[in-house]
Amino acid sequence: MHKAQFQSPLYPYLLLLPQMAIVAIFFLWPSAEAVRSSFFLQDPFFGNETFVGIDNYTDAVTRSDYGRAAWFTFLFTVVVTFFSLGIALLLAVAADNVLRGQGPYKTLLMWVYAIAPPVAGLIGIMLFDQHIGPIVDFFALFGWDMRVGVDYWDSGIAMMIVATWKQIPVNFIFFLSGLQSIPKGVREAASIDNPSASGRFWTIIFPLLAPTSFFLMIINITYAFFETFGIVDVMLKGEPGNNPVTLVYKVFLDGFRGNDLGGSSAQSVILMVFVLALTIVQFRLIERRVHYT
Amino acid sequence: MTTLEIKQAVKRYPNGALAVKGVDVTVEDGELVVFVGPSGCGKSTLLRMVAGLESVTEGEIVLDGRLVNEVEPANRNIAMVFQNYALYPHMSVYKNLAYGLKNRGTPKAEIDAKVREAAKLLQIGDFLERKPSQLSGGQRQRVAMGRAIVRDPAIFLFDEPLSNLDAKLRNQMRLEIKRLQRRLGTAAIYVTHDQVEAMTLADRIVVLNNGEIEQIGTPAQVYGAPASTFVASFIGAPPMNLLKAQTGDGAIVIGESRIEAPVRANGPVTLGIRPERAHLANGSGGADGPPMKVDTVEELGAVRLIHGSVGGQHFTANQSADEPIPGDQVRLRLQADDLHLFDHGTGRRL
Ligand SMILES: Nc1ncnc2c1ncn2[C@@H]1O[C@H](COP(=O)(O)OP(=O)(O)O)[C@@H](O)[C@H]1O
Ligand SMILES: [Mg+2]
Repeated sequence: MHKAQFQSPLYPYLLLLPQMAIVAIFFLWPSAEAVRSSFFLQDPFFGNETFVGIDNYTDAVTRSDYGRAAWFTFLFTVVVTFFSLGIALLLAVAADNVLRGQGPYKTLLMWVYAIAPPVAGLIGIMLFDQHIGPIVDFFALFGWDMRVGVDYWDSGIAMMIVATWKQIPVNFIFFLSGLQSIPKGVREAASIDNPSASGRFWTIIFPLLAPTSFFLMIINITYAFFETFGIVDVMLKGEPGNNPVTLVYKVFLDGFRGNDLGGSSAQSVILMVFVLALTIVQFRLIERRVHYT
Repeated sequence: MTTLEIKQAVKRYPNGALAVKGVDVTVEDGELVVFVGPSGCGKSTLLRMVAGLESVTEGEIVLDGRLVNEVEPANRNIAMVFQNYALYPHMSVYKNLAYGLKNRGTPKAEIDAKVREAAKLLQIGDFLERKPSQLSGGQRQRVAMGRAIVRDPAIFLFDEPLSNLDAKLRNQMRLEIKRLQRRLGTAAIYVTHDQVEAMTLADRIVVLNNGEIEQIGTPAQVYGAPASTFVASFIGAPPMNLLKAQTGDGAIVIGESRIEAPVRANGPVTLGIRPERAHLANGSGGADGPPMKVDTVEELGAVRLIHGSVGGQHFTANQSADEPIPGDQVRLRLQADDLHLFDHGTGRRL
């Protein structure tokens, strides 16, 4: 095979430079800065810094509002991951049954769902609007006077529903393509071996989807933890009050509202370690991913 | 007794494609019936209708005296071996074999006994704990067979089970399938596009073409008296020579030469002559058949193929390697019994 050779050995590095610069400026430098400032007490008005060791960390994790946020984040993540995966799988199985062997249809559906997530997020938030939100009106019919942004659990449940709703399309696509990649012959052999459709699902289809499910689970945990900032922010309209917050949102609150840069840095470092751990787990999973061929 | 009756089966796919056009086939107890035909002729479709994997548009599938048109595949008492084996990739070989029995509520001890017996029969006992991905193609093939055997079905359905194997393994497995089927005494339908497989395996061959049956018969019947030019050219290798000829006055005329034969037909016909029944005589060595112009000789070891033309039409003859290599011009020596006459228009045997 013909190989393209660069004239100068420096040239490839030059090409890499813009990407490297972006990583350095927007990721490495802020991360390093966060780690550094997590060991200092910052004076927000005069910019003086005092080294305080791990005080910021001990302060952060022992405060009761941190515990509350951590607990809510955990609950939030479990609920969102479980329901967004579960509902997406249900929809994917239904769609898969309709689509079996009907190619053009499939691509069309994929498109719709690929476009959907940002739009779905916006719609979801609108649905819970205190004034025009139909879901709030709907629950009111059952005597549930939802006060999103005011009541702790009302806000929490609204966040969970919108976050779940927003993630379903992504999961749906992965599950659907996972289902479609299960060989037709295997399904047919199963239909000869097992008279029960639900039995076939749990003993054949679901195990064959396991690699997809593991992968999605990690993605969803990461999503619920870190990428729901916008949803929380819009729901609370920047006024946390008595509302539940996620850990990521709390970093923002403490740093920019509470002007506690040191404490907020310590919290973000903890989150960085967590995301690092998740990433390692994910890579391990991908490496060990069983290839059924 | 009859195991399976396919009565006037029609299959129209949702896209309108008419894959099977009113087919009647019966499979007797313990019989191995082969569906053979070119790719796309509807063999798999017909087999899958028997399995219940495709719905029956019209007609009836009767298995062991029971109409099964609307019966789920799992409740039909059939077992199928797929072309790409379709093993369950996440299950061990043992579990692959046991899966069907387990779902029928067979007791554990009985499952174990059956799995081990089948494994022994197929010599896969050493791989029972392996996953399919850890097996060679031939071993997977055996597992697929094992999965069919343990079910102890009324009929085995094979859909080109050997086409993913290399030639040597294919011949070996072909023989093994035949032995196994005889030994178990279970009726079977075997689908293939390979006429050699069809001839060697079948008790009876069903030749399909374009969704219709061309001929049903034993291998000897299908080879010896092909019902149409399609069958004649499909069964046997190299295929039967088909020449345009004229008949009349108790003779067949090809180009310039006449063959005296007791023919009733009068007018244009298609004359079929198997290469292995066209004997050659060098020069004018006593033969009185039509002359053949030789252009290429292929040595195949025990035999050689002589390609050329008779009356301006392509012709192949088969010769034992012991015989002398013919010159450019030879004469054919033909026996009246070896001449097959087909209708010039429809291609049906006369
Ligand atoms: N699922 C399907 N939908 C539409 N047409 C099909 C389908 N499966 C097969 N066919 C058509 O039916 C005909 C017979 O196919 P098949 O039974 O698979 O042939 P064979 O097994 O003899 O090669 C072919 O023309 C094929 O294109
Ligand atoms: Mg086929």
